[in-house]
Amino acid sequence: MVDIATRPPIDWSTPAARARRKSRYAANRRLQAYGIAAISLAIGLLGILIISLIATGYSAFVTTRITVDFPISTEYVNPEDPARGNYRAVVKAGIEELFPNVTGPDERALGQLLTNNTQFMVRDAVVADPSVIGGKLSLSVPASDPFDQLNKGLVDRNTPEDERRVTDQQIQWFDQLEAEGRVSTPFNWGLFFNSDSRFPELAGLAGAIVGSFYALLVCFLVAFPIGIAAAIYLEEFAPRNRWTDLIEVNINNLAAVPSIVFGLLGLAVFLNFIGLPRSAPLVGGLVLALMTLPTIIIVTRASLKAIPPSIREAGLGIGASKHQMVMHHVLPLALPGILTGTIIGLAQALGETAPLLLIGMNAFITSPPGGILDAATALPTQVFIWADSPERGFVALTSAGILVLLGFLIIMNSIAIFLRQRLERSW
Amino acid sequence: MAGYAFLLIALMTTAAYLLGRGRGARIWAGGDGSKVHSLPGYHGAFVAAWVGIPAFILGLFWLFLQGPIIDQFLIASLPTSMTDGATASQINLLVSEIKNVAAGQVFKEPTPDIVAAAERYELWGQIARWAMIVVALAVMVVALSFARSRLAPRFRARNAFEHVLSGLMIFCSVVAIATTIGIVSSLVFEAWRFFTMVPVTEFLFGLRWEPQIALRDDQVAGLGAFGAIPVFTGTILIAFLAMLVATPIGIFTAIYLVEYSSDRARKIIKPIMEILAGVPTVVYGFFAVLTVAPAIREFGGLIGIAVSPNSAIAAGGVMGIMIIPFISSLSDDALNAVPRSMRDGSLALGATPSETMIKVLLPAALPGIVGGVLLGVSRAIGETMIVVMAAGLIASLTLNPLDSVTTVTVQIVTLLIGDTEFDSPKTLAAFALGLVLFLVTLCLNVIALRIVRKYREQYD
Repeated sequence: MVDIATRPPIDWSTPAARARRKSRYAANRRLQAYGIAAISLAIGLLGILIISLIATGYSAFVTTRITVDFPISTEYVNPEDPARGNYRAVVKAGIEELFPNVTGPDERALGQLLTNNTQFMVRDAVVADPSVIGGKLSLSVPASDPFDQLNKGLVDRNTPEDERRVTDQQIQWFDQLEAEGRVSTPFNWGLFFNSDSRFPELAGLAGAIVGSFYALLVCFLVAFPIGIAAAIYLEEFAPRNRWTDLIEVNINNLAAVPSIVFGLLGLAVFLNFIGLPRSAPLVGGLVLALMTLPTIIIVTRASLKAIPPSIREAGLGIGASKHQMVMHHVLPLALPGILTGTIIGLAQALGETAPLLLIGMNAFITSPPGGILDAATALPTQVFIWADSPERGFVALTSAGILVLLGFLIIMNSIAIFLRQRLERSW
Repeated sequence: MAGYAFLLIALMTTAAYLLGRGRGARIWAGGDGSKVHSLPGYHGAFVAAWVGIPAFILGLFWLFLQGPIIDQFLIASLPTSMTDGATASQINLLVSEIKNVAAGQVFKEPTPDIVAAAERYELWGQIARWAMIVVALAVMVVALSFARSRLAPRFRARNAFEHVLSGLMIFCSVVAIATTIGIVSSLVFEAWRFFTMVPVTEFLFGLRWEPQIALRDDQVAGLGAFGAIPVFTGTILIAFLAMLVATPIGIFTAIYLVEYSSDRARKIIKPIMEILAGVPTVVYGFFAVLTVAPAIREFGGLIGIAVSPNSAIAAGGVMGIMIIPFISSLSDDALNAVPRSMRDGSLALGATPSETMIKVLLPAALPGIVGGVLLGVSRAIGETMIVVMAAGLIASLTLNPLDSVTTVTVQIVTLLIGDTEFDSPKTLAAFALGLVLFLVTLCLNVIALRIVRKYREQYD
């Protein structure tokens, strides 16, 4: 018989064992604490990001308007041809009526209360309704940026006069207007219905939204059919050989190529070689399509893979051709997953900025594009332009633009999640 | 006009489908049904493919070639007094002036020659557009009559159409390869032109980067220096700072999610990480400028250290936040891929969760995690918007994170924004930088993807 060396049972209650256990548990709790700290840090940073955007951006969602009664006298505006009147003088007269005792050099400072484009707004209003000529036109006009800031409480009245953009005198005038009930702060619809402008009180996102829409439309029309067809071929038809391996590796690598390289491609090929117009949503959409293509292919292949083989075998078993089996049975079943992935890919494309900078979609354009060949900006490039602008009012506008962009992303992703939950089935 | 042409093609294709299907239906009705090979729909699809695809390809080529060809005609038709001795850019200027006049944008009174050329240009454009429609129509009619004549009871329309479909699908899968070829060839071509002006060795090993050279003779600017080492060190510094933030936070997040978190907590934390990953980079860039950089600057002032307004640490830190979800989700996948038996075995031996994690799961998942970190590095190097907004423009050779440095992507954007003259080393330098960026990220991606795949195979 072999002697088996047996050890006496370990006494877990000795102080040494207890201390060891204690330190091991402490190490365990430490690791857990590190994990919690890391997650709280990440979530906290996201919170700071969102709070700082809302804190600076909320003020751009309202605007300051001053109601002025402009005297449209026939001296300045010819009733025969209202579009050609001297509206500068009309605006001046309108302001003078509000402050009859301000004269001389102060009048210039007074004129700064209203936005620069007031004369054009008055002109448009008169052209739209020529019956006011000879009478008075009561119009609510955006205040210029410094007074917009003042009204929103973003200008500290206690700072020395030469360190702020509004003088004491101007503040007094503004307060007088406010006391007369001429200042209102409605919702800033201009943010959605105006295009870009040099003046923050007039700048809006309409051009950028339309430009982004066109670019995404082109992106979808190009990337969606090509991506699905490529994925179907690779997943269902392609023989396993060196070529298909090469295509596969290639697609995986393409998904990880930095976006700016796609911008270089667009600049060299689409603009320089083919000669498509600069800044056009068509070029932006094509570049974004090439970027989104790998995402759509990968997602589509995953959804095709998830369809059980029994469906395929059943289809083939009742005499369908391979194409019929794929088109009539596999593809419809995989479609919810494909759509979800496509929407997520398009959401990524919507937020993409760098390649659009290189093909010139960061130009200063004051009207929405009429088609895919007109010069345009996109939402993220508009945000970038505003972030670079020096005027104080553009800071709030940039944050507001980002909030709108994030809003669109949230909507797109919610649609994707909704589709996934409603339509996707597990086998 | 081009839109109408494609609309016409679409209409003709639909008509062809209906015609083919009608013919197919009549074949079915007329003959002995059991002898007909394909369903009427396939007859229609066969005819439609014949009508639509050639016309569509023709239309695309026509659109791409029409502009350059008309330009050539235009230049050839100009009086020799205008083109003799003119450089390529002068001729380009002339052509664009003619186009402006043709479009009705007249800034100064054009000369009669230019007005005549503009009229010719307009006329040729009209002719080309109508010719395109006429030619496309002719092609479609010929294709329609040919395809229709082939329809017969024993004609294998389904097989023929499926062949076309397969061809289209193969073409679509090749698009991805064509994209890569397009990227590589355009980068190599423009970079090669750059290296004929600036030697490769100077670009790769030079210590001064001052690309703002004079485009015109009367501009005041530096002589220009294209030594990219300061740009590379700046890129590496910012990417290093970003990984310093992202790697620990990402890995600890993954550890917590895998080992400690309850299902409910995971259901909340994972979407938040996805939000963090879905925020566009331009937003992070603005966040860096608006909040992080001033905060770091103020903190530096508080403890008496001078911090540059666009310090590397602000850009790198915010970039780190962007990469956290990337690292955490890849590490999470790697840790989850470790077989459950290994984890259960360790726990059954009495190891605490932390000992299981550090001594069993982490070593087993290490290749996957390393692969994820490498992919993160590749992202950090290629990231553009954060650094464009938050990092500096001047290339200074420093490793101090409080200083302002520039990166490869920042230089590409600043060199290519605005006027791009494709024969100055200034713009071509951007393509050389792009080539370096592409090659480095490609290497990192290939290595990382290979590590991740090898590691997955190990446990599958």
